[in-house]
Amino acid sequence: MLGVIARRLALGLVTVWLVSVIIFLGVEALPGDACTAILERDAHGEALDACRKALGLEVPALDRYLSWAAGVVQGDFGMSANGQESIAQMVGYRVRNSLLLAAGALAVGIPLAITTGVVAGLTRDRWPDLLFSTGAILAMTIPEFVAATILILIFAIWLGWVPAIVLTPADAPPLEFFPEFILASTVLTMLMIAHVMRMIRASVIEAMASDYVQMATLKGVPYWRVVFRHALPNALLPAINVIALTVAWLLGGVVVVEVVFNYPGLGRLLIDAISSRDLPVVQAITMIVAATYVAVNLVADLLSLMLNPRLRSHQARRR
Amino acid sequence: MAAPPLLDIRKLCVGFRSRAGLMLPVLHEVDLSVCRGESLGIVGESGSGKSTLALAAMGYLRHGLQRLKGEVIYDGRDMFGLPPAELARIRGGKLGLIPQNSGQALTPTQRVGTQIREALRLHCEHDPATHHARACALLEQVRLPDPETILRRYPHELSGGQQQRVAIAMALAGEPDALLLDEPTTGLDVTTQAHILDLLRDLARERDMAMVYVSHDLGVIARVCDRVQVLYAGETVLTGPARAVLRAPAHPYAAALLAAIPRLGAHGLPSALDGRPPGPDVARHGCAFAPRCGLATEACRAERPNMATTEDGQAARCLFPGNAAAHGAGRDAPACAADSPCALALDGVSVRYDRPGWLARLRRAAPPPATVEGITLDLRRGETLGLVGESGSGKSTILRALAGLLPPAAGDITLGDGTPLPKAVERRRPQDLRRIQMIFQNPDESLNPRQSVGEILAQPLRLYFGLKGQALADRAAELLETVRLGAHYLERRPGQLSGGEKQRVAVARAFAAGPEVVLCDEITSALDVSVQAAVLDLLNDLKARHGTAFIFVSHDLTVVRALSDRVAVLYQGRICETGPAAAVYGAPFHPYTEVLLGAVLAPDPDHAPRLLAEDATELAPPAQGCPFQRRCPVKLGAICETDTPPAREAGAGHVIRCHIPLETLNKTAMG
Repeated sequence: MLGVIARRLALGLVTVWLVSVIIFLGVEALPGDACTAILERDAHGEALDACRKALGLEVPALDRYLSWAAGVVQGDFGMSANGQESIAQMVGYRVRNSLLLAAGALAVGIPLAITTGVVAGLTRDRWPDLLFSTGAILAMTIPEFVAATILILIFAIWLGWVPAIVLTPADAPPLEFFPEFILASTVLTMLMIAHVMRMIRASVIEAMASDYVQMATLKGVPYWRVVFRHALPNALLPAINVIALTVAWLLGGVVVVEVVFNYPGLGRLLIDAISSRDLPVVQAITMIVAATYVAVNLVADLLSLMLNPRLRSHQARRR
Repeated sequence: MAAPPLLDIRKLCVGFRSRAGLMLPVLHEVDLSVCRGESLGIVGESGSGKSTLALAAMGYLRHGLQRLKGEVIYDGRDMFGLPPAELARIRGGKLGLIPQNSGQALTPTQRVGTQIREALRLHCEHDPATHHARACALLEQVRLPDPETILRRYPHELSGGQQQRVAIAMALAGEPDALLLDEPTTGLDVTTQAHILDLLRDLARERDMAMVYVSHDLGVIARVCDRVQVLYAGETVLTGPARAVLRAPAHPYAAALLAAIPRLGAHGLPSALDGRPPGPDVARHGCAFAPRCGLATEACRAERPNMATTEDGQAARCLFPGNAAAHGAGRDAPACAADSPCALALDGVSVRYDRPGWLARLRRAAPPPATVEGITLDLRRGETLGLVGESGSGKSTILRALAGLLPPAAGDITLGDGTPLPKAVERRRPQDLRRIQMIFQNPDESLNPRQSVGEILAQPLRLYFGLKGQALADRAAELLETVRLGAHYLERRPGQLSGGEKQRVAVARAFAAGPEVVLCDEITSALDVSVQAAVLDLLNDLKARHGTAFIFVSHDLTVVRALSDRVAVLYQGRICETGPAAAVYGAPFHPYTEVLLGAVLAPDPDHAPRLLAEDATELAPPAQGCPFQRRCPVKLGAICETDTPPAREAGAGHVIRCHIPLETLNKTAMG
């Protein structure tokens, strides 16, 4: 078991390293660099050389990669393109804010998705299932910016319960985002719930039709005990990985929702950085998102490994 | 007046609503009754409704099924009228079920012990502190060694036979008065099956239980049951004492089922029963079996016959009960000429699944014994070579190695004309691939469900012969004719075919390549006996017509006997005995062959299998000596553990690998 964890961890690190190389090379391959972005029309001759020298761009790419990577490992992403802000500091608050948003969405969304998914699966083709499944399809098909606009219209403009957009600055203490972030969090919940719920529904239906559930019923196990002890532990196993992907997607900053609500999270920062060609910031955010994906999936894999005895002995045999 | 039956099913009708909204029957006015201490066998082909009947006896119907009429009375209570709590108390308590496939019927995320204790907690008054000891006692009762360890295992960590025993132990936990058994030994090895049946018989006798035993295998029924009830297309067509039904069945369907069973004693192929039972969507006029019955007359087609009794206590739904004379004996398998040229030769082939890791290679650790070792065999044109052995004997592994799916670690494979065959399938040339074709056990998995039969057959024709257009279509239709399916099957998809039809399509696909050698991996194991007989007949026909050589792998010794010219008996990936079929199936025996043959069941109430006291199967082959040393009933001693047994020639081409001299083996060691 320890060996498996160590191997997965090593694989995850290799993935992150590969991503860093790809990101670095991608940025290198773009026409122009930070200096052409800063200087714009003046980007020629001495001014350009001086700027490149100031930012250390005249050094060979490999050296720049190594010093950048060394910084990243220590949590130092360098300075933003205009050379005035530390990226680590700038990104730090944004990461916290995106986490806050994601936590809000997950805390409501995951239990809700699991409950509705299980109920829909158990009442297959009857009215609770039809209700939840139709709702899920609606939530999936309405684009997030439309849903966001409708919610703003209803709750912010007509009812006036919550503010329409977030005006709190990025570095404010977390409590100040309440109640502003509620609408944004609701839209995210709606988006993720549909995927997870539909997956759990399918998986519950499969488990309830399985031979072992039939056997448990015919062994005289009462219905709810069959559901909770025999069907659900098996049905929820495949959900772990889907939930993990959703979590990673949320943590990675949800660009559209953050932009619509003017929420100062990672996604918003990414859009701003791209439009101002602030390549070091783009690099930093991409690295963080990639590392998040790898980490969350690693946790999900290890969790499935721990909870699924079949997977576990398969791994043990492979060793 | 006899005691009232413990389980009494009266005129039960079960159906489901089709997409078109019609109510289609699955069971039609079925009666069933069993008393305490009695065992009843329910026999029928797949789709006859026998499993539905067994589950209905517990007041349970699968999703979509409805009870239309009739009642199920267990111990005086109406199972379909009980409130859920009371129903749950009976199920798994006084009325136990042993499911068909225990591997899937045990909850995969729970330890075996948890599941047995759950049954104890639900149905026993005992103090929970005693449950662990009771669970151990139950596992001992079903003859599982080392119960403490087994209780801590998860279901997938047990072998098929062990899983089945755990399921039996779980059913016994409720101290049942009646047991329902839904094909409990299908899919198990002959030896394991025989042991489990013995166990069930003993348990039923000890506890004076009633048993309802559902099976398609009349051999199993003969071993366990006092009475037999035959179902056909959801109707009871025959009931009677087991002995009478197995000796002289009063219904032609039962007679045909019996004739379709290959037997050890009888030579040649069993006779096939053509056609298939009417589906629930077919309107019934007259006798449901009439379209397949040799005795059918106008009267049979006009009205549904009533049950008629015969002198020996049988009741048959037939206008001519008792006239169901034995079907003509099956055809003999065409023998292969002794001087036929070689089609395929294996020389010292060994296969291993585990490649040593870099750490093991660094340490130069001795590798574990190979899964399959030292297989030297040759196959002549037009010959059928049977490979038999229990699961884990390496028979399928050898086929996969021949097909190139699992490249051998050592040894050579050569084709008839002396062409050496590259080991891995990717390195074989198309013309070599064409000459060896494989048919798999389960056509559901080997045929692409998205392709029509025409597309499935077109692939090899296009690949190996470059056929196109009309020529391709003609050839595909011709192939379907050779497997006795019409050209109208070209448009159908595998999902629209029955199991037997699918397997015929798989056969046609193999023959589309015009192969010299066809590898058959348990190809009839998933089929009903009647369908199996038809497929065996087809293979023989193709062999006679094209001179194709077959390697036929099966765990069923009777099927191998019916079909094969030569047989090789495998144990743990090593050949124990090989020779002409008649010689291998007769004395002198290798001790393992004798064990296997002893466990074969015959549809004969007076036949009892001979069993070893120990039936534990092993996991890895021993490092040296005889592969069978640990289970051998006549083991000589240290020599069996250290020396590889010599190959002794017992007759023309008949080789036995055993340390015991032939003269001693001749006297049949087990008596």
